[in-house]
Amino acid sequence: MPVNESTAPPADDTRWQLIDRVMQRLDRRPDALIETLHAAQDAFGYLDSTTLAHIASRLRLPPAKVFGVVTFYNHFRLKPKGEHTLAVCTGTACHLKGNDKMLAWLRDRYHLAPGDTSPDNRLSLVEVRCVGACALAPVFLPDGALVGKKSFGEATAIIEEWLGDAP
Amino acid sequence: MTTPILTLTIDGRPVSGLATETVLQVAGENGIAIPTLCFLDGLSATGACRLCMVEIEGSAKLHPACVTPIQEGMVVTTQSERLRSYRRAIVQLLFAERNHVCAVCVSNGHCELQDLARELGIDHIDFPGRYPALAVDASHSRFVLDHNRCVLCTRCVRVCAEIEGAHTWDVKNRGIRSQIVADLDTPWGTSTTCTGCGKCVHVCPTGALSEKGRSVAEMQKKRPALPYLVANRAEERR
Ligand code: SF4
Ligand code: FES
Repeated sequence: MPVNESTAPPADDTRWQLIDRVMQRLDRRPDALIETLHAAQDAFGYLDSTTLAHIASRLRLPPAKVFGVVTFYNHFRLKPKGEHTLAVCTGTACHLKGNDKMLAWLRDRYHLAPGDTSPDNRLSLVEVRCVGACALAPVFLPDGALVGKKSFGEATAIIEEWLGDAP
Repeated sequence: MTTPILTLTIDGRPVSGLATETVLQVAGENGIAIPTLCFLDGLSATGACRLCMVEIEGSAKLHPACVTPIQEGMVVTTQSERLRSYRRAIVQLLFAERNHVCAVCVSNGHCELQDLARELGIDHIDFPGRYPALAVDASHSRFVLDHNRCVLCTRCVRVCAEIEGAHTWDVKNRGIRSQIVADLDTPWGTSTTCTGCGKCVHVCPTGALSEKGRSVAEMQKKRPALPYLVANRAEERR
């Protein structure tokens, strides 16, 4: 299948063999896509267009379909992750309890929208849809550690302190 | 085995159809118009826009006619105050979601969204507009994609995948951030799967996909005869 980027991966990088093995094990069936994407992200840390083009052509899937799947799930990243990751829950409970305000604040304070990484590569902001802790809403996770039930002022102070930006 | 014929009632009229048909198809065959947007004859039905919602006796919820198979004895209502208010809300939300400025649109006067608004008597939008700043992809030599006018009906995605077989288009992201995407977020002009057939442009209900060089109101779409294309692919016609 024609794709825009060269689909031949660098032969000297063994990570590709690992990904190819995953696809082979699943008979290169189109429904091997998600598992292959997981393997590729584990190996490279993120999914760039070379990786996606290679996977699309091996699984004989349209590149647009692959891109659609990758961007549908918040788990997959198209760019390298920053040093720190802040996950903000936007499930219904957390949204209602003020995480919409939190995201607005992050946009103003750090110029980040969900999915973005700061230009200095220090902070990645991701949005998660319900972490299963609705009773603790609003919930956010600095580097994976769950923080819940904080007022807007407390939450922003925790984030600034965590990043060493406390005024 | 022949497909059984079922009888049902639509808007008080006794009608019949094949068991494989949907409420929308049987209504259409009997001259009963149900508003649609994402549906296009010849493409798979996705039930994305919800404009074709109808009431079915014995069920409290509304059912999308384009993906609801008929059943024996079904009693369907296609027009009511409730349905009209939902349909009006849906169309208004579509207007509020992107930047549909008819006065400067290539499709002004030939737009299905505009037609729907007119039919439903919408003269203002009850919801605050989001006015997102969205990109225009003019990288293709003959066509333009303006996300500001897209209603995410996915007709372009389906015609490209199902009829042309190129599957250049898909939908990226989710929820309010959803957008039509070519290949790996590739500028349309450099997409290597696109055959340049233009089917997506001509099935697009709005001015989101248009031919280059068209000025305001100049983009008249020629709907390709999709059922004809589909029939020509069937084994016995080859
Ligand atoms: S570009 Fe047109 S056909 Fe494609 S999803 Fe948007 S409105 Fe529908
Ligand atoms: S026409 Fe049935 S949901 Fe769009």
